[in-house]
Amino acid sequence: MSDSNIDEAVQALLKRAAPGRTEFEDLVIVPVFAIVAALILGALTMLATGVEPGTIARSYLALLKGSVGSVNAISETLTAATPLVLAGLGLALGFRAGLFNIGAEGQILVGGMASVIAGFSLSGLPYIVLLPISLLAGALVGGLYAAIAGWLRAATGAHEVISTIMLNLIAYRLVDYMLRLPYVQRAGRSDPISKSVPENAQLPRLLEWIDPNLRVHAGIFLTLAAVLLVYWILYRTKIGFEFRASGASPDAARFAGMRSGLIIVAAMATAGALAGLAGSAQVLGVLDRATPGFSAGIGFNAIAVALLGRSHPFGVLLAGLLFGGLEAGGRQMQVDAGVSIDLIGIIQSLIIVFIAAPLLVRAIFPWGFRKPGTARKE
Amino acid sequence: MTTIQNPTADSPARLDLGKQKHARISGAVLIALAVLVALVFGAGSEGSAVFRLSRPTDALVLPNLSVPAAQFNFIAAGILAFLGARQFLRGGVRWTSLSLGLGLALAVVAFLVWATAGKAFSLTGMLQATMVRAVPIALGGLAGVLCERVAVVNIAIEGMLLAGAFAGALVGSLLGGIAGLTAAVAVGGLFGFFLAALVVTYRMDQIIAGVVINLFVLGLTSYVSSQVFQEYRSLNNAPVFRAIKIPLLGDIPVIGPMLFYQNIFVYGALVMVAVATYYLFYTRTGLRARAVGEHPRAADTLGIDVYRTRFINVTLGGMVAGFGGAWFTLGSVGRFDENMTGGRGYIGLAAMIFGRWHPVGALMAALVFGFADSMQQKLALLQTPIPSEFLAMAPYIATIIVVAGFVGARARQLRTGSPISRNRLRILTRRGSHG
Repeated sequence: MSDSNIDEAVQALLKRAAPGRTEFEDLVIVPVFAIVAALILGALTMLATGVEPGTIARSYLALLKGSVGSVNAISETLTAATPLVLAGLGLALGFRAGLFNIGAEGQILVGGMASVIAGFSLSGLPYIVLLPISLLAGALVGGLYAAIAGWLRAATGAHEVISTIMLNLIAYRLVDYMLRLPYVQRAGRSDPISKSVPENAQLPRLLEWIDPNLRVHAGIFLTLAAVLLVYWILYRTKIGFEFRASGASPDAARFAGMRSGLIIVAAMATAGALAGLAGSAQVLGVLDRATPGFSAGIGFNAIAVALLGRSHPFGVLLAGLLFGGLEAGGRQMQVDAGVSIDLIGIIQSLIIVFIAAPLLVRAIFPWGFRKPGTARKE
Repeated sequence: MTTIQNPTADSPARLDLGKQKHARISGAVLIALAVLVALVFGAGSEGSAVFRLSRPTDALVLPNLSVPAAQFNFIAAGILAFLGARQFLRGGVRWTSLSLGLGLALAVVAFLVWATAGKAFSLTGMLQATMVRAVPIALGGLAGVLCERVAVVNIAIEGMLLAGAFAGALVGSLLGGIAGLTAAVAVGGLFGFFLAALVVTYRMDQIIAGVVINLFVLGLTSYVSSQVFQEYRSLNNAPVFRAIKIPLLGDIPVIGPMLFYQNIFVYGALVMVAVATYYLFYTRTGLRARAVGEHPRAADTLGIDVYRTRFINVTLGGMVAGFGGAWFTLGSVGRFDENMTGGRGYIGLAAMIFGRWHPVGALMAALVFGFADSMQQKLALLQTPIPSEFLAMAPYIATIIVVAGFVGARARQLRTGSPISRNRLRILTRRGSHG
């Protein structure tokens, strides 16, 4: 495939964590084909479960309409993309450092809980103080929660894939427990639901002056800032270089004098802070309160977002917008065509399959890759 | 641990230092446990804990075991303190693992005595539930062993279990239990084949491939259950395999019901562990499979088809996981619920690591997890002061402790599998030598 002098193992790692100089094909054509193939396979799935071809056509139209078809659709897409991009950035940063953090779901949950609790506990504070405190609480707690897995990895070698998944499952139970605490539970309710976040801790809605139903909130500025921040951290700072170096070749990084343990913990904590912030954005911008499982699978979709974005901050932003569109369009699909939104989950995971296995895409669509760099989509 | 078998990675001096540190830490843990047992479990319990050893319907009825709670726990704390102090001061040398294991077991027993003090608790019932709840974990772990022995990391066990559960429910409702079981095994094998295709043929990162399969199965099964099962409830109503009592053996008190009065999944898991052990360690194909896992280049040189061996073993692993998945539907409730495996596949992965990549070890580890699982379930009925959510965390916390504490550096083996192509087998052997 390429220069045989370069250590192939390192190259494989680079390919997974930091594509860097990957050709145009892998960056543009493979994703396009992946999305097309996933949509086709999604249609076949619908066909197999007895959905009429006409309904399938309508559902894909609804998908398009629900994602970009109107101001409301765009607002919903941005609303759905906000936490996906934030959590996806965290995961991308982890990938760059060679860590496969599946724990975004749990980090979102604990981060969101922290934001809610901070919000209603300090509700007397003015807006300008309370909102940042609530957001910070989410980031801090999310970061600490992820740091547990990082510390376990650094200190004992426990693989982060298993420990973060266990921390996810623990987080679900923890949230269930906390939502029943008298201090947290909404007064007069017997079901697990938290007190509401006060008005002065909420992320303001941006388009309320057009239509009060438009949910897009100030979290998108937070997201854009986070994209730039992660870009800056990864490519302009020493610690970012250390993340990337130890992701590309842990041994080389260690021999170069980098403290691998510290890097692992720092990378996990940063990733967790971003995921926690995603949870904060959800509760402070959209939900106003915490309920069991309010993370709603965002943490898992963020894995797909980070992979699709090739672990690059700007790629993550675009991938997050795509997945946000799928999410918003999926809801429209459910309304218009009666097709369950779970189908979106299938399409998303198919997209990752194809994205993560470029060779598979090349095998399925050999004609798309005949002339590298000049091939176009059909 | 006393049996680190990686002489190239650690020099003897470093090993000694590590051992010393490890001995200190484990000693401190044991002393802390002793304090906990004495102050919380010992001082906090009154009366006796009654453990029922048999049910009134059993052929041989044993009298109940009555333990004076406070006294028992103070004695337990004393033993723990002794073990801990000895460990801390002298370093357990050969006895580290043993005293750590004994200490943890003692702490768990003390906890049980504390929780049941003044009440009665069915020990037989819990042991039986332990076995039942260990089944999917053991089968998941076994699937992991089969894959990892050919150097394919199988994170997708969770998805395979879920797919097996789903197929079992669907086909079981349509065509009956046996057909459902067959379908579960077939679907598990299919996903094993997919995994092999993705990582062997298309050289996808193994961890990503596994995670993607999990997400895909979760999406697919949730979609179908919301799209189809909601409407046609008869499609999600499978027969359940009843427990079969083995004559005579099933009447042995305490362990009889645990081992010999169970449904086919328990027997199946036990048989499969035995067969897998025989296959991996005593047959030619098994030996070849392990060679492929440990030294693919050498295996390739000797004419073993590395790719084919990997495909076969990963597919076999998938079939085992599919069988384990059917336990969730055909072995217990007969109905498929969204995400009903609840992380058991990952716990199976931890069981595999804890069991040192050996089928029997994975089964033993699964029993530990099954114990944690059934204990939290039974304790929820006893109304201890501990909230049920925290009890429900027990298996997950146990997994983290196992993966972190007992395995240590050995968990790094999970990273060895990287996508390789045949003419680049050199890489894998190089990677293997430094983890």
